[in-house]
Amino acid sequence: MFKKLAVSAVTAVMLATGAFAAGEGGHVENIDFSFDGPFGTFDQNQLQRGLQIYTEICAACHGLQYVPLRTLGDEGGPELPEDQVRAYAEFYEVFDPELDDFRVASPNDHFPGSNLENAPDLSLMAKARAGFHGPYGLGINQLMNGIGGAEYIASLLQGYTGEEKEEAGTVLYENKTFPGGWIAMAPPLYGDDVEFADGHATDLHHLSEDVSAFLMWTAEPKLVARKQAGFVGVVFLTILSVLLYLTNKRIWAPVKARYKKK
Amino acid sequence: MSGIPHDHYEPKAAWEKGLAKRLPIVGLMYDTLMIPTPKNLNWMWIWGIVLTFCLALQIITGIVLAMHYTPHVDNAFASVEHIMRNVNGGAMLRYLHMNGASLFFVAVYAHIFRGLYYGSYKAPREITWIIGMLIYLLMMGTAFMGYVLPWGQMSFWGATVITGLFGAVPFVGEALQTWLLGGPAVDNATLNRFFSLHYLLPFVIAGLVILHIWAFHTTGNNNPTGVDVRRTSKEEAEKDTLPFWPYFVIKDLFALAVILVVFFAVVGFMPNYLGHPDNYIEANALATPAHIVPEWYFLPFYAILRAFDGDVWVVIIASTLTGGIIDAKFFGVLAMFGAIVVMALVPWLDTSSVRSGRYRPMFKWWFWLFVVNFFVLMWVGARPAEGIYPYISLIGSTYWFAYFLVILPLLGVIEKPDAQPETIEEDFAAHVAGDDAGSTPSAQPAE
Repeated sequence: MFKKLAVSAVTAVMLATGAFAAGEGGHVENIDFSFDGPFGTFDQNQLQRGLQIYTEICAACHGLQYVPLRTLGDEGGPELPEDQVRAYAEFYEVFDPELDDFRVASPNDHFPGSNLENAPDLSLMAKARAGFHGPYGLGINQLMNGIGGAEYIASLLQGYTGEEKEEAGTVLYENKTFPGGWIAMAPPLYGDDVEFADGHATDLHHLSEDVSAFLMWTAEPKLVARKQAGFVGVVFLTILSVLLYLTNKRIWAPVKARYKKK
Repeated sequence: MSGIPHDHYEPKAAWEKGLAKRLPIVGLMYDTLMIPTPKNLNWMWIWGIVLTFCLALQIITGIVLAMHYTPHVDNAFASVEHIMRNVNGGAMLRYLHMNGASLFFVAVYAHIFRGLYYGSYKAPREITWIIGMLIYLLMMGTAFMGYVLPWGQMSFWGATVITGLFGAVPFVGEALQTWLLGGPAVDNATLNRFFSLHYLLPFVIAGLVILHIWAFHTTGNNNPTGVDVRRTSKEEAEKDTLPFWPYFVIKDLFALAVILVVFFAVVGFMPNYLGHPDNYIEANALATPAHIVPEWYFLPFYAILRAFDGDVWVVIIASTLTGGIIDAKFFGVLAMFGAIVVMALVPWLDTSSVRSGRYRPMFKWWFWLFVVNFFVLMWVGARPAEGIYPYISLIGSTYWFAYFLVILPLLGVIEKPDAQPETIEEDFAAHVAGDDAGSTPSAQPAE
């Protein structure tokens, strides 16, 4: 009967979390990202394309203040070579309180913060939005699909209907994904906004997915290492469980034998 | 240590005798580890070890996290990101600590329900129960303050809502709230004291855990039959019990390992499953999140808090009788804390002389309804307070109080309990014979 209790406990926890993750917003479709599922890893080329889109378009207004530039070279991320990381860093200027002036950024600095006051920082955006909560609001499809933050961003970038309205001096754009339906951000991507050196597709659909994958990496740079650690933990603890099960059985056998049919 | 007769540690070598004369620590450890434990304990008796593990896990990961964390409103959120990105193994440590809190509460709820079903709170174990309730209260306080530390949106607004409860206390509420927060609103002073207390309370819990173990080692464990261990002689006691080491240590460790497989799968593959996305947005006093929802383990009590609004007749009566001193908000706060108080008083509210729910045919139904009700409250606590949900909360809350204040006192009088086994040995023998015969346990003990 306590098995029942355990099962209902797990179900209730799932119900509860699924339920309070529910927001308004439009429906977000799952995208088959390379980093989904227990064995998912980032696609290095996709992250590099995403970095390029971020740099050429998003960075005009948004920032990534929590992301150190040097991590662009880290294993499991975009893995830029060291010289490229340094060259990329020099692209930015940061304020140095010691000099009391701006200077060229080095890999040890972070990406700059947002340029526009109402443009949110994007470092953690892919974890701060939950795209889906299924099945039945339980949220357990996270195991295979993630929380849907990257999907939410990709969906938002493609969710513009083209309608505009002005409210209190601000132009709002209709967006099917954004909660409330009207967003202050003008459509940032239209397709063919950037050109990739390797000639990869630059239609709106591909650009949205690439930049979303990059933002998933900025939100969770240790994702690959974490999944590996989880897998190692699960495997070793399973072995330990089997060994302890056998030990337990062996220890209790003589005690139980005393009571078996006499 | 326990009242059950058993072998004690006898120092043999000269140095052992010398040590025992000066500090009988080996004897204490021996008696603790070799305590006679009822043979028939089932798998619901494993949660104590899981809880001990959780406390150790939280303290160890927490101490390391504290080395890298900055308790200041300007830096707290960034320092958590620093842990996630720059500290070696920091992301794993933080996710272990975050999900460790959830495992802690899964285990404590299972442990409490175990106690409620098998009557572990009944004489002579009332003190064990009361200490357990204190530990549970401190756990809730510690978890709540820990959730504030990352200084995300839910941290900030959760702290604002919960400390606001103290503001509902008549006359002194506002002063009390200001005193708790260290200012008029949740701010740096609040974050600092919460960090300090979040570091302190686990050690208070550890102290209470020692008392909890000491108390039940003195009375002896309860067991699924609720029947006492025979204590007239060592030989008789040994028919009912086995030493804790190795029989129960290995059994408990096996259960712990299985639970940790699931735990590591969650930490590794979906570490934010039980968290809230809004907490990855830095606290902002000017932007209120659409839904402020506490962590899952607080939801049943959050539902009770919200159940009593101004339209409920008991609230109206209370308000009228006290001339408005007890308003709806304060009533909700009283109900929330009262829900835990009535649970703490259960040793004196349950009038039945039979300990184990196994031999109480009517109690069983009410107990399982109580469990279902707990999960209904948890679910409804996460829903917005509109439409049908407030009614469900109200019905659930009413049942919670009725269970402790009406049903348990009455059942002891009107219920006719089933026959209990004479001894623990009899129950254990029947269980082993049942294992042998297959799925149908034989009613006749195989003696």
